[in-house]
Amino acid sequence: MNFKKILPQLLTLVVVILVFGFFSYNAQVNMENRGITFGYGFLSQESSFDVQFSLIEYDGSHSYFRAYLVGLLNTILVSVIGIIFATIIGVVVGIARLSKNYLIERTAAIYVEFFRNIPLLLQIFFWYFAALRALPLPEKAEPMFGVFFLTIKGFFIPAFIWNNLDIFIYSVIAAIIAIFFVRAYAKKKQENQGTQTPVLLISIGLLIILPLLSFLLGGVDASIEIPVIEQLSKTSFTYKGGLKLPPELISLALALSLYTATFIAECVRAGVQGVSKGQKEAAASIGLTPNQVLKLVVMPQALRIIIPPTTNQYLNLTKNSSLAAAIAYPDLVLVFAGTALMQTGRAIEIVSITMLTYLTLSITISIFMNWYNKKIAIKEK
Amino acid sequence: MNKLNILSPDKNNLYAYLYSGISLFFLSILIVFLNSFFSLDLTSFLPGTISYFLPLIIGFIGLHLIRIEYSGIKFLDIINKNINTNKFNALLSLLIIFAVIKSLPPLLSWFIIDANFAGDSKDACSGSGACWAYIKTWFNRFMYGMYPNAEQWRINLSFIALAFLGGVGFFATEKFKKYLTLYYVVIYPIIAFLFIFFFISGGPIFFDFSYGIIAAVISIIIGFFIPSKFKMYYFLIIPITIYILLKYVFFYEELIELGKIQAFEWVETGAWGGLSLTFIVSFFCLIFCFPVGLFLSLGRRSDLPIIKYISIGFIEFWRGVPLITVLFMSSVMFPMFLPEDMFIDKLVRVIIAISLFEAAYVAEVIRGGLQALPRGQYDAAKSLGMGYWKMHIFVILPQALKLVIPGIANTFLALVKDTPLIFVVGLLEIVGMLNLAKTNPEWLGFAMEGYVFASIVFFIICYAMSKYSYNLEQKYKTER
Repeated sequence: MNFKKILPQLLTLVVVILVFGFFSYNAQVNMENRGITFGYGFLSQESSFDVQFSLIEYDGSHSYFRAYLVGLLNTILVSVIGIIFATIIGVVVGIARLSKNYLIERTAAIYVEFFRNIPLLLQIFFWYFAALRALPLPEKAEPMFGVFFLTIKGFFIPAFIWNNLDIFIYSVIAAIIAIFFVRAYAKKKQENQGTQTPVLLISIGLLIILPLLSFLLGGVDASIEIPVIEQLSKTSFTYKGGLKLPPELISLALALSLYTATFIAECVRAGVQGVSKGQKEAAASIGLTPNQVLKLVVMPQALRIIIPPTTNQYLNLTKNSSLAAAIAYPDLVLVFAGTALMQTGRAIEIVSITMLTYLTLSITISIFMNWYNKKIAIKEK
Repeated sequence: MNKLNILSPDKNNLYAYLYSGISLFFLSILIVFLNSFFSLDLTSFLPGTISYFLPLIIGFIGLHLIRIEYSGIKFLDIINKNINTNKFNALLSLLIIFAVIKSLPPLLSWFIIDANFAGDSKDACSGSGACWAYIKTWFNRFMYGMYPNAEQWRINLSFIALAFLGGVGFFATEKFKKYLTLYYVVIYPIIAFLFIFFFISGGPIFFDFSYGIIAAVISIIIGFFIPSKFKMYYFLIIPITIYILLKYVFFYEELIELGKIQAFEWVETGAWGGLSLTFIVSFFCLIFCFPVGLFLSLGRRSDLPIIKYISIGFIEFWRGVPLITVLFMSSVMFPMFLPEDMFIDKLVRVIIAISLFEAAYVAEVIRGGLQALPRGQYDAAKSLGMGYWKMHIFVILPQALKLVIPGIANTFLALVKDTPLIFVVGLLEIVGMLNLAKTNPEWLGFAMEGYVFASIVFFIICYAMSKYSYNLEQKYKTER
């Protein structure tokens, strides 16, 4: 180690320490002046504010920590919905962009160019304030298939009422684990004896039979509850029973999935185009059918290119879901960094918890991605 | 004449198939066209469902009949190859054509035919179409926010001047081309800052800048006597020290107050807004985030451990959090970190926050370019006796930056699209102004027009940027 290497590092370190020291000193002085002490004790205090939409039981008598959980769960809910739809739309559009049909290719391209070039926030506002406001009032809503009601107050859908739901969930988990074993067995068998096992059929069978058994033997019971219109006052109507998806959730999920789908579509297109033509021709020349070429040769290689950037898009979608605060969907930012912060005035603690939550999420996913990339990387000799 | 086999059209009876197929196809389009434009139902004598699907069936048969490979007619071959390769494609093509025809009349009537263009109050808009009078009335607000009407020429003039100065590069002669980078990276941003600070904001011309210039001149003069080994550290430390000494030790604040010259009426940044604010914020963030990102990417690839890990931590932190929480931090948490009497304008805080946030993304993009360069480039530069900075400035960065033009353009696009988020701190650019106008009691119920207008504006900006970056990429593409 010589002087030239130590000096710049020392300088950077000193600057960083000075900046941090300056900030924390000021923070201490400021908090002393305002009479607050730093600490996370407030999390167990009673929150005394209400949240419109929550997945777990919550009201004002619960703690701030519970409010944090409500916000986190709402964030996860909208992200999962968005990810599912964004993937479906993205894959379809991405394949459509590769179509030889000029009209289909152009339609997909226009969709991608249009939705990608408009700010997400604008799209969320558009769906929430303009498009969904054009929906009918509850009493005037036309039922779809007799059970779905799309109204200005939200989307009312039938709900399942379960008895012994846990046994059902265990049976599904058991089916999934069994499928893994079947796949491992089939792979081994093919390597040793060269015979193929109909894995797909067995898997579907398992997924149907095991939950069915839980209905017959485990005492699981499900009934469907259909929303029914109810009059609150002379002019105000709503639906009772079933599930209610609030318009905030719908517009947020819609905007997030339509926006992110354009990026996923580009990833899919790049991935499929990235598989060289020689690979397809080689596969065809050893006698594989077009379906087998796609399944055994093109897709495994395309997925290797598609998955890393797509995961990045999922991460972006999750982070973008924080725009929910703009239309008052009670996500982590609105509930915790908004309402809870206003009430407690603990800016440093609350903003740092919120940021740490997102940070943990993205770092976990990126560590997982690095591991996954290493696992699927082509092993060259 | 050969036998006609309707199920598999072939070349032998080309014209029989062709005429019947084309007439069926156009018949189907005509039915849909009349139905959607003149609400005329040609097939109303048929039962409901059949009448609904009839155009599809007729068109499908028509396309089936003209699906003849190598017909020898050029136009037919092009059509078959592009929209009519097989049954499924034919069906999809028909569906798309019908959807376009069906959606044209409502769109046209909303946008143009039933829309209101004239008038300056809500009463003018009675039709079922769009109310463009709303946009017309609020246009000034959407462009300039709450900036006083009488002073708006200042914004216009500044933008025109900056656009003109920005276009200088196109007219530069060969002789001056080599100074263009210096001009765009250092001089142009300073001019832009001066314009915006003195002209748009109408800030007092106090002598801060003269201190800066004095500090720069003194340090450059002393710089000649410093051995080149320490020159970099010297220029990192001394100018700022002299500036701080000048400002806080040798001259007192009273002197600064005395030196103030009020040129224009002061417009506080809270009143700025609309599209001009979008431009200002994205312009400054763009200028600041690039150099910061560049240094971060170099830091991340450095072999000095402390610098490397600080860079990694910095980049991963900003990339891991959503921008909205960063803005929250800059608005509610950051003031806690400053001394009581120190106040930073919220526009400045927002610009710093967004710049740092985007710099992390720029850093990762540039790192991709640096990693893509073959090792031989580094070795060759070192073997010529170049030091770290010389090697990067003359050999590595020009090649690496060329490689990452698309990535950087995407990051800048993301930046422009992120600017509406500044509503979090109460600054209202165009989307924020729309939301404000929407709640005006005199103009209730025109949300759609506003959002469509803003979408078109943003689409034009972002689409132009992406096309420009594509051209840039093509221009600098070098064979490797």
